[in-house]
This record gives sequence, structure tokens and C-alpha cells, in this order.
Amino acid sequence: MANEVKKEYVSILAQISVDGAIQPLCILLQDGRKYDIDEIKDTSRAASLKAGGCGIRYTVRIGTRETYLFDENGRWFVELHVG
Amino acid sequence: MFYSKFLVRRWGKLDRSILHVDMNACYASIECLYNPEIRDKPVAVGGDVEARHGIILAKNQIAKKYGVQTGEALWQAKQKCPQLVIIKPHYDRYIRFSALARQIYNSYTDLVEPFGLDECWLDVSGSAHLFGTAEMIAEEIRERVKRELGITVSVGVSYNKVFAKLGSDLKKPDAVSVLTRDNYREKVWPLPASDLLYVGRATTRKLYNHGVLTIGQLAMIDPEHLLAWFGKVGVILHCFANGLDNSPVMAVGDETIIKSIGNSTTTPRDLTNELDAKIVFYMLAESVAERMRDLGFLAKTVQISVRDNKLLWFQRQMKLEEPTCLASELCNTAMELLRMSYRWQNPLRSIGIRGCDLIPATTPRQLKLFEDEAEREKLELLERAVDDIRRRFGHYAIYRAVVEFDPTLKHINPKEDHIIHPIGYFKAN
Repeated sequence: MANEVKKEYVSILAQISVDGAIQPLCILLQDGRKYDIDEIKDTSRAASLKAGGCGIRYTVRIGTRETYLFDENGRWFVELHVG
Repeated sequence: MFYSKFLVRRWGKLDRSILHVDMNACYASIECLYNPEIRDKPVAVGGDVEARHGIILAKNQIAKKYGVQTGEALWQAKQKCPQLVIIKPHYDRYIRFSALARQIYNSYTDLVEPFGLDECWLDVSGSAHLFGTAEMIAEEIRERVKRELGITVSVGVSYNKVFAKLGSDLKKPDAVSVLTRDNYREKVWPLPASDLLYVGRATTRKLYNHGVLTIGQLAMIDPEHLLAWFGKVGVILHCFANGLDNSPVMAVGDETIIKSIGNSTTTPRDLTNELDAKIVFYMLAESVAERMRDLGFLAKTVQISVRDNKLLWFQRQMKLEEPTCLASELCNTAMELLRMSYRWQNPLRSIGIRGCDLIPATTPRQLKLFEDEAEREKLELLERAVDDIRRRFGHYAIYRAVVEFDPTLKHINPKEDHIIHPIGYFKAN
């Protein structure tokens, strides 16, 4: 079961600009862990085959690692690696 | 035929480029996307066995290999494939995916005509200078749907809608098939006649009795014979088989494709008398009326469909004196139709009601001198108030007293449980 991927809905802190564009700044996992987003590298519509879902996918850099953050119709989730 | 070929060669621009995009095993694929753990198992989307909606609505490719068929009972499917995973349908997801797919199609052309939730025709004749040939657009759409929505589509590319639809069935899943004037005889004509649009079970049987098994044989028959066998439809089928369909792809939105609004349900127990039927008709009529009010329509005709427990099925319809969006008027008409057409030889298993001949609620109409219009207006306001209560507090927050006669029939929420059917091919044109 090593490296299993789970869909985890998360809270985010975001900046919404005057034209309505959303820029996520920080991801808050359900267990309280908090990750600041250092850079948004790409934004596109995509499916998450690993976690199961689809929406606007933000490719974000947190420290040296890249990960995906999905906006699925107003609910946000990440592909959480467990095990 | 020679003439049309001559025109194509002479001007080169005559042919249209039509795509038909079909989401492969739409409901099952979406459920597999949301549940990665079942992706490599045989999966079917099925109704609720306890509420007696126990049929297969869709299945994935793996379940298909076991011979699981759409429309068969869940227990039959389980017999063929004991490890079949059956998931309840989530129509809100399917509607969302359908809209997202249409957004992709709309980025290539404004001429997008939906045919149900999972199929669309696109006319990309005018998009070549922007996006490349029809085949290139088809490949791009196939790739984008897979990447952006996580499900696969098969695309048919041709010069008319009928062949484009046939093309999307040729190779599945995740494929593009091209049918041109040069290759349709070798690719389309060997196919069974039943693959052609509008050749259903009855037509297939009739054609079989005349020795017509393939689309090619259908194409070769003298249209006069087909006219004699099938009437006007025979000539249309002859044109379809020869690729002579010139119906346009209509640029339509969700609202304009609605030609009728209906609901039907298989009830938790068989209906044995008029009171039972009235309870269910009221619940269905309320849903139909509420959706008509939401969309701003009035119905001029009411249609009922009835299936008894021996699965005998019929439909009856009646014109209304006045167009309506009132549940009480729809229900009374439905009951009148039922009384006229059914003698309760057998208990009923499922019934449905449909408002047809829809007109916009804003259409001016002639008021009657001796009828109490104020009363009808009050009734409409009353029903709108009920809609509002349901919107705020849920469907079961308020219901008609008649339903209390048998609370087992109460647990149907037709408005949210309804299934979306495609409108007819001809109606769209």
C-alpha cells in the first residue's frame, strides 16, 4: 500500500484580485499542517486521475517541491500521498 | 451522386466538416474517475434495487467484456459477472461533465448541437483556417477531453451528421474515425442496418424480413420500395445509407433543446387502484410543473406513459384547453387519460407524465370570458410558494395531503431523480 494517493479536501488562503482572479497563497490540510505556496507555475483545466476528480489545476511550488492543487467547483483538494 | 461529386471537384468547398463526439461509457467513466480504486474492475452504474429501479444504466469496458448490457436487471448482470461493482448514479456530476465538454467543443466552433448528455455534433467547416483540418480538430478534442476531464471520447469525422455519428461508433474508446466520400462504401456499407440512426428494433426486423441486413443493401434498394414498406421514413433511411443527409448542425443551448418536460418512475410497490395512481401522478406532476415554471414554459399537451407488471406499455396524450404550468391541471388530465385508457387488468409498475407542445410562458394568449382567470393565477402563486419552500427547506418539507394515504409512495423525489433523454433527431432540425 506504499505511496497510495488520497483525495484530501483542503482549506486555502487566497488573494482575489479586482478582476476576480484567484491566487492561492497557502494550503491548510485537515490535520492542521500549513504550507505556504512559493510560486504558481501553471494554471489549466485538468483531471486528477490519481485522486479522482477534475477542475482547475494549479501547479504550485512549495519550497523545492512541485505539487498540484485543484479547484473543483469551489472546493479545493490536493493529491495526498499516504503510506 | 455523380452530380454532387462533380460539384465537390468543381468548387472544392462544398463539403461540410462534421464531427460527432461521443463520451465513452459516460456515466461509468465519470464514476471510475471519482473512485480510482474501482478503475480496473468491472463497473456498472445502476438504479436503486430497493426502490425497484434495478437496471443497468451504463457499464465500463471491462463489464462489457462479461456481456453486461445496458437496460438489463442488476441481478442478471450480477449472474454474468459476480464481481461487478454497482454504483448509484450521480446526475449532478454527469450534467457538470456534459457542460464542461461542451465548453471545450465551443472553443472550436459555435455550431454545437447536443444529443443527450454525452453526445454532440459539431460543424467545424468554418474553423479550418484557425485550427486545421476536421481530423486535426477531432484529435485535439479527443486529447483535451482526456487531459482536462479525465474521460475518453470517440470522434466520428465526416461530411454529414449521420455518417459522423456512425464514425464515432466505429472505433471505441479514445479514437477518431474518418468517413469520406471515397471510403464510406467500404467502411459503412458492410455494417448491420441496425447501426444506422433511426433503424430501431422494429425497422431492423422488417428489413430483415425483406432480406436487407446491411447498410449497403439498404442503400442499393429502390427508394420506391422503401417508401412502400416504411412510408416517408423509408426514403429518409435510403438517403442516410447513401450519405445524402444535409441536415444542419443547430447551434443550440440547453434551454432551446427542450421540447417537452416529463418525469416517470417505477414505484416502490405496484399500483393497484386509482388512488395509488393519483398519488404518484401528483408527485410527478408537481415535479414537471415546477421544472416548467423554472424554465418559463407552459404545456399545451399532456402525455402519460403506463407500464403494468406484465411489462405491457403504452402512451396516451391529450390537448389541454388552456396551456398550463399547474400541477393540479396536469394531474387531473393525466387521471382522465388513465381512466379512458386503462381498466386495471393488471397492477401498474411504472407511470410517467409529460408536458409537451411547450410554449414560452410569456406568449400572449386569449383569455376566456366565463372562466375564472383570477383563480388560476392564485393557484399558480400558491404552487410557486410551494416551489420556494422546497428550494429553501428540501423536497419533503411540504407535500400534498393525498400522499399521506400511502407514505411508502412518498419517497420519490422526481425533480432531482429525473433522467435526461436526448430529443429526437428530426425535432432538432
